[in-house]
Amino acid sequence: MSASDAPSERAASSRRSWGPLALALPALVLLVAVIGYPLATIVLRSFAEPQWGLQNYSWFFSTPVNLIVLQRTFTISAWVTVVCIVCAYPFAYAMTAVGPKVRLLLTLCVLIPFWVSGVVRTLSWVILLQDSGVINSLLRSVGLDGVRLIRTQTGVIIGMAQVLLPFMVLPLYSVMKGIDLRLVQAARSLGAGPVRAFFTVYLPLSLPGVYAGAIIVFILALGFYITPALLGGPRSTMLSTLVQNQVLSLLQWGRGGAMGVVLLVATFILLALAGPLMRQKHKQGAR
Amino acid sequence: MTMHPLTRVLLGLACILVGLWLVAPTLVVVPMSFNENKSLAFPPQGFSWQWYQNFATNPEWSTSFFNSLKVATVVAILATVLGTLAAFGLDRMRARPAGLLRMLLLTPMVVPGVVLAIGIYAVYLDARLVGTMTGFVLAHTILALPFVLIAVQASLEVFDKRLETAAASLGAGRIATFRTVTLPLIAPGILSGLLFAFVTSFDEIIVSLFITSPYMKTLPVQIFTSITRDADPTVAAVGTILLCATTILIGGGLLLLGRDRRSSL
Repeated sequence: MSASDAPSERAASSRRSWGPLALALPALVLLVAVIGYPLATIVLRSFAEPQWGLQNYSWFFSTPVNLIVLQRTFTISAWVTVVCIVCAYPFAYAMTAVGPKVRLLLTLCVLIPFWVSGVVRTLSWVILLQDSGVINSLLRSVGLDGVRLIRTQTGVIIGMAQVLLPFMVLPLYSVMKGIDLRLVQAARSLGAGPVRAFFTVYLPLSLPGVYAGAIIVFILALGFYITPALLGGPRSTMLSTLVQNQVLSLLQWGRGGAMGVVLLVATFILLALAGPLMRQKHKQGAR
Repeated sequence: MTMHPLTRVLLGLACILVGLWLVAPTLVVVPMSFNENKSLAFPPQGFSWQWYQNFATNPEWSTSFFNSLKVATVVAILATVLGTLAAFGLDRMRARPAGLLRMLLLTPMVVPGVVLAIGIYAVYLDARLVGTMTGFVLAHTILALPFVLIAVQASLEVFDKRLETAAASLGAGRIATFRTVTLPLIAPGILSGLLFAFVTSFDEIIVSLFITSPYMKTLPVQIFTSITRDADPTVAAVGTILLCATTILIGGGLLLLGRDRRSSL
């Protein structure tokens, strides 16, 4: 550092304002080219093919099958989210309450499926749920015959919930880890029973984790494609399959695009609604 | 906190059930992979290694495996470099633009897979990128980038910037500071980003299903088509291999991490 630093300091500060952007630029260029441009193409085509106008959207919202599938997509996603919350809550709580060795084991239980390829996990569900599969063989041995699991909505929900469960456990755990248990003790010492202490102290403090997990799971579930395609049947088709069908089989880019835009808009509305909710609750939880 | 014994038992039971539900179903591929018959019906009959042999020798399977390996390796390097650069850039920006850019760069995580897939497919048809290595690498890189960004940003957040100032005040240049102080301290973040990027690419299926061609398939695409086409137990053999590889990687990583943390405390 010498006396000649003053001008180079200024150069450095002007470099500092553009330098960071330059560092992020390659990633941004790729983002625009491989995400932005394709999405713009799809939105454009949904209005422009085969002619300019809203025909694809009016077709989408006036065809009963589409509306049924749209509604079903939301119903299935909601069920998957509920199943995930119910299963993940006690599991994540246990992760905070046990010793380090058991915690490592529980963490492995969450992380291994998280990292095993989704196609392989769905394959296991195909093997388990098929008519000649494990669950049906077991049911048959106790005299229950002809229970259909594959190509039903139940099968799809079971498979999707298992694939998405880690996305619920991890945010829940990270919030629960930070909850000061002395608050629960304080509630108990002031006369609250265990149930009351849980519902008035612990549950509200853990809600940010529930919200965060639920939003992630619901959004991912909305766009699910592989599990419904392999486990589902015609009566459990979800929106993604319909989009794929329009584009790849029928070459109806406009209609497929319109469906995609509907899915996209639903996702972003949910995200926009969830953002402030999570941030606010998070702040409350942190104080 | 003391727990009522009944609550304890119920919690333990719930935990075991959920743990089993997470892990056990996937394990079903292990016995199926040794099936003697060409069928995925349960229970498997007999014992044979033929499906592992088929995976190793059948070009359809081995080519797609090596394709996936190649794509994932390039993607891991590319996404890590771009993601780390971007994380540094955002770290040095003012909060508002940094937050906005971060949100933009994370969009690939939340955009529904099929919507992205038809978009990329449409653009690739025009650009003649369908079924090409470049096409796969570009698409997978942008999908893997958010994971690198999150991992590196997390380690930059806990990184004490005064260490850089200290190094500079002791006479180290910017490059020397970066190489000897910054890089070693955020290396765990970069490394986990690299690993995440590799796995993201290696597992990616939805976009891959659209941009694939008979000449360029990745392993997940091959698995998917095999499941929909016939009941070939080779998929079970592949699943078993992937399961073992993942378990070793994650288990080893967690053990290493645990030991690290203990020694640094």
